[in-house]
Amino acid sequence: MLEVQARGVAQMATRPHLLVHHKGDNVGVVVVEGLTAGTEMLAVCTEDDSDFRITAKADIPIGHKVALTALRAGETVIKYGEDIGKMVGDAETGGHVHTHNLKTKRW
Amino acid sequence: MALDFTNATVRAWRRENGRVGVRNHVLILPVDDISNAACEAVANNVKGTMAIPHAYGRLQFGEDLELHFRTIIGTGANPNVAAVVVIGIEPEWTRTVVEGIARTGKPVEGFWIEQNGDFETIRRASWKAKEFVHWASELQKEDVPLTDLWVSTKCGESDTTTGLSSCPTVGNMYDKLLPHGLYGVFGETSEITGAEHICVKRAASPEAAEKFMKTWQAYQDEVIEPFKTSDLSDSQPTKGNILGGLTTIEEKALGNLEKIGRSSSYIDVLEPAEAPAKGPGLYFMDTSSAAAECVTLMAAAGYVIHTFPTGQGNVVGNPIVPVIKISGNPRTLRTMSEHIDVDVTGVLTREMTIEQAGDALIEMIRRTANGRFTAAEALGHREFSMTKLYRSA
Repeated sequence: MLEVQARGVAQMATRPHLLVHHKGDNVGVVVVEGLTAGTEMLAVCTEDDSDFRITAKADIPIGHKVALTALRAGETVIKYGEDIGKMVGDAETGGHVHTHNLKTKRW
Repeated sequence: MALDFTNATVRAWRRENGRVGVRNHVLILPVDDISNAACEAVANNVKGTMAIPHAYGRLQFGEDLELHFRTIIGTGANPNVAAVVVIGIEPEWTRTVVEGIARTGKPVEGFWIEQNGDFETIRRASWKAKEFVHWASELQKEDVPLTDLWVSTKCGESDTTTGLSSCPTVGNMYDKLLPHGLYGVFGETSEITGAEHICVKRAASPEAAEKFMKTWQAYQDEVIEPFKTSDLSDSQPTKGNILGGLTTIEEKALGNLEKIGRSSSYIDVLEPAEAPAKGPGLYFMDTSSAAAECVTLMAAAGYVIHTFPTGQGNVVGNPIVPVIKISGNPRTLRTMSEHIDVDVTGVLTREMTIEQAGDALIEMIRRTANGRFTAAEALGHREFSMTKLYRSA
């Protein structure tokens, strides 16, 4: 039983909270439910399986984006290694990036 | 080690024209909206048949009428259909549909309501439908190569997990099967917006690239510009997409394009519901991004299995084509797993590679071809939605 629990903990520790498509991206995607502010997240880059730690600054729903660096209004957001739009508000490192602060440049 | 599917076979029906079908439907097909009731009555009389009512078919003209006929005829001609009873209000357009379907060599007969009434039409059509059911139900399956299948794709209720897991799963399947003779197709012209510069580079030839850009530009000029209000931001991304974390059309388009994998390239660009004519490989079709419309058009082009990645949980099905749902979103698997055929949540937890997810999808394609009901089939999802280009006369 203890062994099972220990394995469970070990597995949880290696399951990422955040996935990043490309090395050059400045946002990642929350892939767990119920993420709360203050969580020290395990982030994995799917391009090369490298990982790093980053602290969530807000309660961020599954599927939503997290700023990997401080992003200021006007800056370009990169995901999949591509331009997906521009910031229209600021987000701190570990902050929530969504429709309130990110817009397409197209329309 | 990656599995080898090059010699895999499935048990399916080889039709008169050589195409492979994975279902054996006897369709009761209305030419127009006002023939729906007669078709439904025939389907009620004769078990083992299926009516597919729809909203259109009167006073259409020009390109819109051509698309209507292409969709109706293509649906009847699809190899998942063994035989067809066609019912229309008048003889002429009914004959057009019957003749179109008859080119496949499959049994088809037309009936019209004018000067007969519903009662007499239903009586005659029911006798023919019963004859077709007896015939079709004795047709035997045979061993056919897995790569003789035509497999389409379109995603729906996308979120950020589709771009990470379920869309690349489809892409991996295409990268593995297309080089061995599979026909594939992707579309969603409006959802390529934001990644058109990447999509154009995935064309196999300068001609295909030029045709793609022309199709994409026509959509911008003829649909977006004249009809937009401020922008498309209330529809693209959809409210469901945004709940799931998608923010911009670019982000959505990049996730969408993951469905064509890493090495696949499209050899031609098809009109809506147009059958591919340049041999095996991947095609782009000019379609709406609305799930039922897009799947209906791809089925009408002759595709026999549809692979459908979803994030937030789109529930779409099709009357004649099994729609395989793939999802990597753990919340969706927790709350609505009855709709999902292939669970790729392991990709997000890093317990499953895209390579393994692709193999799992191929295995589900094989089982579906062999007869396994998809979730959409078991739940009775038979959405048949015709694309209409403009107002009728």
